[in-house]
Amino acid sequence: MAETHSLQDLQQPAVSSKVFVQRDYGSGTTCRFQTKFPSELDSRLDKQQFEETIQTLNNLYAEAEKLGGKSYLEGCLACLTAYTIFLCMETHYEKMLKKIARFIKDQNEKIYAPRGLLLTDPIERGLRVVEITIFEDRSVGSGR
Amino acid sequence: MKKCEYQQIDPRALPTPTPTPTPTPPHHRGDDDGGGGGKSDELKRPRRKWEVFPGKNRFYCGGRIIVARQSGVLPLTLGLILVTSGLFFMFDCPFLVKHLTSCIPVVGGVLFVFVVITLLQTSFTDPGILPRATPDEAADIEKQIDNTGNASYRPPPRTKEVLINQQVVKLKYCFTCKMFRPPRTSHCSLCDNCVERFDHHCPWVGNCVGKRNYRFFYTFIVSLSFLTAFIFGCVTTHLALRAQGGKGLVFALQESPGSAVELVICFFSVWSILGLSGFHTYLVASNLTTNEDIKGSWSGKSGEDVTNPYSHKNIFINCCYVLCGPLPPSLIDRRGFLPADESAQTSGADIEVPTVATKSEINVCTQGTKGLLESASLPPLLSTSCPQGKPQTAHTCPDNNSPAVNSDPSPELSMSCGARRAASPQGDGSPSHHTKTRWKKSKRAALHVPNPAFDVPVSPTSPDAASFAPSQ
Repeated sequence: MAETHSLQDLQQPAVSSKVFVQRDYGSGTTCRFQTKFPSELDSRLDKQQFEETIQTLNNLYAEAEKLGGKSYLEGCLACLTAYTIFLCMETHYEKMLKKIARFIKDQNEKIYAPRGLLLTDPIERGLRVVEITIFEDRSVGSGR
Repeated sequence: MKKCEYQQIDPRALPTPTPTPTPTPPHHRGDDDGGGGGKSDELKRPRRKWEVFPGKNRFYCGGRIIVARQSGVLPLTLGLILVTSGLFFMFDCPFLVKHLTSCIPVVGGVLFVFVVITLLQTSFTDPGILPRATPDEAADIEKQIDNTGNASYRPPPRTKEVLINQQVVKLKYCFTCKMFRPPRTSHCSLCDNCVERFDHHCPWVGNCVGKRNYRFFYTFIVSLSFLTAFIFGCVTTHLALRAQGGKGLVFALQESPGSAVELVICFFSVWSILGLSGFHTYLVASNLTTNEDIKGSWSGKSGEDVTNPYSHKNIFINCCYVLCGPLPPSLIDRRGFLPADESAQTSGADIEVPTVATKSEINVCTQGTKGLLESASLPPLLSTSCPQGKPQTAHTCPDNNSPAVNSDPSPELSMSCGARRAASPQGDGSPSHHTKTRWKKSKRAALHVPNPAFDVPVSPTSPDAASFAPSQ
């Protein structure tokens, strides 16, 4: 139903383009995305807002992949049980991914959707890119 | 249906188009809407992503079990382990328990369980397969490559250089997966997938060894070394005890023929397995992959001062990181549902598609955001085209859960192609696996090490050809 979503109220939203924020491999294979602001978003979004989103994402991924006491403990325990505990236990990484999914949903609702943008969770793209879909909106800003 | 839409305020998960303005027969919408979570599409069964997975794999149990097209010599590996251990428990244990200690079968049992479990985990775990790039992503990359100034019709340079910890690393473009491969990722031609932190494709386990299953593989070979050495020792002791008192070895062998078989198998395999374990221990301690070691990526062969940029410069930390570090979940979502429109596209059963496409109201534009939002979460595994024409329907909900759903059945259920290419130069399908038994085991170390051409599979198409393409 149209009323459930503000974007439905827009006359004719269409995807005008997609922007892909690539991975930043400067510190190795850990999951980080580039914070360089894509020029296509210039008219829609604040540079700072964008950087903040990406930076938070990077921090969340860093935390997921962090080497620390807790992850080692998890790893050692797993090794001792011949990794069978993975069958019944959710790993720290998976918990962080859920947190990231919630964060992205939250960002979309609060910041991106009102501007006619949509962030796609990188996990759906194999952690390769953050895909930002830009919608062409002619009647911007009907509030959520 | 409506309820589902209403619930899904998450812009990424909008299931249905705006049905009300559409002139299409309501029952179509109803069916799709009724999908809700994508499960009860009355027109056709919603499909799961494993059904359209582009790599060379087969799936069973609704996507829970993933195996290669050819199982390689995994049955042989398993068979040898089971036979040897079986003979051990049947022939040697009773004697040794009587004459020595009852700890022997316990230790043997624990090692055996470890070996089998880790072998199955190595074989059935997704090694870190990277899903292929979506068409939009691929187009964007192509655009960027073209923008670097190469306007001619020669293939544009397909490498990209990045600086990792002050080390220049070249990223190659994968023509099959249509993306620049992340560092340490390699494309396995046997499995037709890019695998992260690619180590090698192991025919013995019938799977690639990569980021997600390297620790299982390492545990497997280490525990197998212990098991083999343990059985060898026990059998030797058993035969020695039986041969005591001047009875002689022949007598002992006649009394316990199973031990003879075990002795031979263990004797010939222990060296190669121990060698392999030692080699991989070195790799783990220096945070290298077999692939990199064979290619000499960080050994400074080109005369430059190169060091491994991924190493933590500390053996202990490297070991901890590789073996006990966080295990990322699988990036391919086998059990997730395809959005119904995708299923429709692929199965051709959904007649809504053309209908909708012709109605300007229902198309892209109004469905508009939903469709687009949904297409934004299209499974990357499907290289379908233009997201714009899709009348979305109900099935994005599962997509949202993809990372979690993936761990649901078991994280270790995936196995790629298990050809025995590494065993012979002719590539997969070599018929000799029934004839070569222990010789294969003894060659194992050899297989994994000095066979760069085979252990480092290169896609026959172009990824490596690309590296020879003239760079800009």
